[in-house]
Amino acid sequence: MNVTQLSIFLENRSGRLAEVTEILGRNGINIRALSLADTSDFGILRVIVNDPVKATAILKKEGFTVSETDVLAIEVEDRPGGLAGVLKILSTESVNVEYMYAFLEKRTENALIIFRIEEIERTAAILRKHGIRILSGKDLYNL
Amino acid sequence: MIWNEKVECLPPDQLAALQLERLQALTAYVLKKSPVYPKKFKEAKVSAGDVKALADIKRLPFTRKTDLRDTYPFGMFCVPSREVAEIHASSGTTGNPTVVGYTTSDLKLWGEVMARTLCVAGVVKGDIVQNAYGYGLFTGGLGIHYGALEMGVPVLPMSSGVSKRQLKLMHDFKTTVLTCTPSYALYLAEEAKEEGYDPKDAPVRIGVLGAEPWSENMRREIEAVWGMQALDIYGLSEIIGPGVAQECPEKHGLHICSDVFFPEVIDPRTGEEVGEGKDGELVITTLTKEALPLIRYRTGDIVSISRSPCRCGRTSPRISKIKGRTDDMLIIRGINVFPSQIETVLLQVEGTRPHYLLVVDRVKGLDTLEIQVEVSPEAFSDEIRRMQDLRDKIRHEIHGVLGIVVDVKLVEPKTIERSQGKAKRVIDKRKI
Repeated sequence: MNVTQLSIFLENRSGRLAEVTEILGRNGINIRALSLADTSDFGILRVIVNDPVKATAILKKEGFTVSETDVLAIEVEDRPGGLAGVLKILSTESVNVEYMYAFLEKRTENALIIFRIEEIERTAAILRKHGIRILSGKDLYNL
Repeated sequence: MIWNEKVECLPPDQLAALQLERLQALTAYVLKKSPVYPKKFKEAKVSAGDVKALADIKRLPFTRKTDLRDTYPFGMFCVPSREVAEIHASSGTTGNPTVVGYTTSDLKLWGEVMARTLCVAGVVKGDIVQNAYGYGLFTGGLGIHYGALEMGVPVLPMSSGVSKRQLKLMHDFKTTVLTCTPSYALYLAEEAKEEGYDPKDAPVRIGVLGAEPWSENMRREIEAVWGMQALDIYGLSEIIGPGVAQECPEKHGLHICSDVFFPEVIDPRTGEEVGEGKDGELVITTLTKEALPLIRYRTGDIVSISRSPCRCGRTSPRISKIKGRTDDMLIIRGINVFPSQIETVLLQVEGTRPHYLLVVDRVKGLDTLEIQVEVSPEAFSDEIRRMQDLRDKIRHEIHGVLGIVVDVKLVEPKTIERSQGKAKRVIDKRKI
């Protein structure tokens, strides 16, 4: 059910992001969603790709520091207040969101948001109870 | 002014006789009192009666920093702790600092050699000393302080830092002698300019500068910007702290207080003495100390020695400025730093032995240390907050061990150059 996100450590050097995406592209890896968090010295690139196992192996071989993290892919109604509704539920249930970012493409009329959350199982159960759809890795990788 | 003319201007043969007498007394003393030297002497197959001439010092065993660390904290003291009057310590490699102790008469000796030192630099009655060496466990601050007390010149116990206040009091109190590291002297000059006045207008006429290596270029720069005599001071806490050797205004070497600190310069590989004027490792024997007398202590500092007469009238031999180290020790803002100390911290924080690189630079006259650390997969997190915590923790822990603020930069794996399988650990960009 969970989606695997790859996190890649990048120094703040020009061309570094281009190199990562070039390596992934050359190896037939398609990026489905991404988010870049940065500080003045370094950044962390987080990506959802179509083949996380292969992508991890390739990046490690190329000398990158890569880690795999389980995240939740949540369907949010594509209307004003759609995301706010989901966040309100999480807030009420005291679920702490570490970070989140939106999916690039849409499968249905709904938007897709990636949530990084510590208590992933509990959160999934809460959201399902509220009728919110959570997508599996398989759903996403082949989107 | 020569503080102790009787001793400092002794004819060489009389000086040698005094040194021999003291060396013989020292060997008898450590064989009776030291918990360590009887065994060392036995291993070197020497006894007290073997020291018949000064040259016999070569038969005595060396003492190394590791001897002090291995006997942490007081294992090399020759007196019980109730007879110790003061204790100092410097940062250690594996958590244990190097500890040194002084009896009341050791402190008197410290005051004596530091009073001589200030006079060698040209300080006279009527001067006011602004002491910007760190007070505390570091020997720099209190050593200078005791010398000023002994000599009878007013001393401002400023300690290092608080530059604006240093400048204000320098101006208001009209201090005439500045004691600090040479890089801090340059930094203070920059600060003065930023405050809008010319350091040359300050009444400071003498700088007693040391605790880190510096060059003739830096001397010219300091003298030009301050309009002062910038003179080099040498010392190390194991021997006594500051007060071991001091440059006189002739500026051709540092007069070593050889009646109490007997110098040898050796080839660090063979242990054999090198000739006058040749570079080698400075080895010092403390001839009269009580709490922590050291025999043939390997300082790790590369110098040459000169015994030619000096126009100032002192007959003591002179050591050159420090030309380098026999080990990988760095001196940053006057603090001794071994790469292994930083490696130990990284190992503790990251849980693995990461690749790292120390980049030392000098910005506005002040040393900076940047530690580049390759992020190991074990330490990597997808959350920025945790990575920042990691960086801050490394910075904090290193500050705890070394007492200096460093920059920590997390870098990608394999970005630090490896040469022949072994990483280059230090890049020193300082133009000393």
